[in-house]
Amino acid sequence: MPNADIVRLDGAEKHSGAANMDIIRLDGAEKHFGAVRALAGVDFHVGSGECVGLVGHNGAGKSTLMHMVAGTLIPESGQIAVRSRVEDNYSVPRAQQLGIRCVFQELSLCPNLSVAENTRINHPALRGLGWRRKAADLITAKLDEIFPDHSISAADIASDLSIGKRQMVEVARAFTVTQDPLELVILDEPTSSLDAHTAGQLLAFVRRFVAGGKSCILISHVLGEVLGNADRIVVMRDGKVVASDAAKAFDRDRLVTTMGGAEAREKIAAEIAIQKPETGPLRVRARPARQQDGNELVAHAGEIIGLAGLAGHGQTDLLLAIFAAAAARAKTGIEVTAPVALVAGDRQSDGIFPQWSIAQNIGIRSLARLRNGLLISPQREAELADFWQKKIGIRTPDMNNNIFSLSGGNQQKVLFARALGSDAKIVLMDDPMRGVDIGTKLEVYDLVREEAGRGRTFLWYTTETEELDNCHHIYVFKNGRIVAKLGRDELTEEKIIQSSFGDAA
Amino acid sequence: MASLRLLLAKPWIWSFIGALLVWLATITFTGGYGGGGMITAALSLAVFTVIVGVGQMFVITLGPGNVDLSLPANIGLASAVAMKVMDGNDSMIAVGLLAALACGMAIGAANYLLIWALRIPPIIATLSASFIIQSIDISYGRGLQIKPPPGFASFTNWQILGIPVLAILTVLFSIGAAIALQRMIYGRSVLAIGQNIRAAWLAGVNVGRIRFLTYTLSGALGGLDGALLAGYFRGANVDIGNEYLLASIAVVVIGGTSVAGGKANVPGVWGAALFLVLLLTMLNTFGVSAGVRLLLTGLIIVGVITAAGGQTALR
Repeated sequence: MPNADIVRLDGAEKHSGAANMDIIRLDGAEKHFGAVRALAGVDFHVGSGECVGLVGHNGAGKSTLMHMVAGTLIPESGQIAVRSRVEDNYSVPRAQQLGIRCVFQELSLCPNLSVAENTRINHPALRGLGWRRKAADLITAKLDEIFPDHSISAADIASDLSIGKRQMVEVARAFTVTQDPLELVILDEPTSSLDAHTAGQLLAFVRRFVAGGKSCILISHVLGEVLGNADRIVVMRDGKVVASDAAKAFDRDRLVTTMGGAEAREKIAAEIAIQKPETGPLRVRARPARQQDGNELVAHAGEIIGLAGLAGHGQTDLLLAIFAAAAARAKTGIEVTAPVALVAGDRQSDGIFPQWSIAQNIGIRSLARLRNGLLISPQREAELADFWQKKIGIRTPDMNNNIFSLSGGNQQKVLFARALGSDAKIVLMDDPMRGVDIGTKLEVYDLVREEAGRGRTFLWYTTETEELDNCHHIYVFKNGRIVAKLGRDELTEEKIIQSSFGDAA
Repeated sequence: MASLRLLLAKPWIWSFIGALLVWLATITFTGGYGGGGMITAALSLAVFTVIVGVGQMFVITLGPGNVDLSLPANIGLASAVAMKVMDGNDSMIAVGLLAALACGMAIGAANYLLIWALRIPPIIATLSASFIIQSIDISYGRGLQIKPPPGFASFTNWQILGIPVLAILTVLFSIGAAIALQRMIYGRSVLAIGQNIRAAWLAGVNVGRIRFLTYTLSGALGGLDGALLAGYFRGANVDIGNEYLLASIAVVVIGGTSVAGGKANVPGVWGAALFLVLLLTMLNTFGVSAGVRLLLTGLIIVGVITAAGGQTALR
């Protein structure tokens, strides 16, 4: 086998001890999708008792590599070895048998089944009378262990759970054990829909899991999570591994530099000191349905308003209520004075039209403006798409390709382009940055500030406290109510967490 | 070569290839006799399937669960309304056609009202509506055997150089429908709703209005079809639309429209309608019994859905 990797992996070898302790090892893995080279000969391994952090921009090849580890994709060349045994017919069932599990970025619970039934899918051993009871006990125990005070019932139907709770179930399910062993869990953006509190619970659990001699691969765009929890960090860029070293050897700046896109970080630090805009005309005045006191959300033209608090405490509900109020002509008690567009966070269920091209996915919100007489002009549609491809940097050779030819982060850019390319003066953002890499995030933050400078209003629900830096005001939500309003200068993570857990405003 | 490959990638091309093969098989069997007449007859009959097929296509494209099962009853009632209003009088043809259209639109609107107000699944709503419509038709058209006005009857049978005029008009209508589907806000909205109704709403599509329009359109086309059928077959009849329940759905599916919604095409409806009519002619020519004929039609539809299902799984 290639001897080059021994040189490059030296730091890691020292860390994980002898090479024969590897749970999994890939040598020279390659994969193409059409003309796109997703993986260009990657060497990758995970030792036992090790948490490997995997970082890189969207489209760097992280997901493709993980699909190979999980057995859902077969490398075109190169080999896979599990515990130093070369696997010639590696597959999903084989990976299961060997104790390799994964939680993929695209949430995959069956929406029509209950939490317990979803658990049973992964555990054929739960059979006979009372299997539902057994599955319920299994998943509830694991949820209790990872997320104490989770408030999820095993009888809940998956589609009734918020995206954050679905993610919690999915993560907990991956750690449940019946007949197959459990050696390695791949967590692909496990905290993307979790608030800071639950994300902390999960990461603490991962540390306990690894301390028990098991292994974990952690993929996250929140670099702090990777730096703080991984033993070793592997950085990917353009389908290659560009660095692999002990986590201690990295800091935030070195990571960002290695991933590419270093200059951006300083820029945000400089620009974040945004000036309070002139107060423009009123755009939105809304009160959550369960609000009992006089607190209400008020937004003016040119303002960026943050909606904070723990995940699923009524932020999305209020955004949807505002959206519905704008669509309906009836008076609903919510004042909206301009057209509204929404950027979905839950891409698959709220945003993407899977049969359509990238250009069509952008154009749908602006059909009336794309008309030439009665008909939609393909030329204008293409112009709109091309303009936003350049402006927001959608990585594709052809905007007429299907939307699913894009990586997750680029799909999210398409949803931004749809909203920002429309005539909407008010843009609602429903935690839209889940699973988006830091480079893309910084670009979008710039864009949001630029558009706000032109008089657009943004209502921005986010589970990432860092993003609130971009906002002029922040409303903190708890149990469907606004419990605090913070100005930019009062904003700290402690303050938000304190308000989220406190009883009074 | 490249253009041929592009053509073969169209989902509707297979229905035309199927129609062509069936036609060739039949004229080989008859030794070349009656090939032209067979096409004329096929065009005349396919027209009626295409008209309701296009309406059904828009409904099915709205997404899983959306289907208009009230078309046969609708056709039956509209045929009676048209004949009664025309009353065998040439000067009343236009009024009769409008009455049939209005009757169909009212049925379509009522269907959507049931779906929207009572939140019944469309399949149940349109099916139960069809029982009500049928009862109205029976009491309204009791003992009625009004002949169509002579001018209307000859119009529905009018041919130029062996091509039925009605078929030419229906081709023009189909072109309009195809443009509406691909290039108008209405069609785009239908396609968006069919792919993901929630995403469509969040992207600013007026979901309620588009669904209302679609069911009304399907109803209107059913009404028009009823009037034309009564003209072609010389009289209204409660059962005149019966075969269009299966046929309207079959042509949509065989034509390459996705049963899962969000993906549709109009040419396929034509190809599939011709295919079904020619298939029937072929089986008749071969002297196959009615039972085997139905069996084969059913098997072909199952086969096409299976083949089409395999395609979507590849995505």
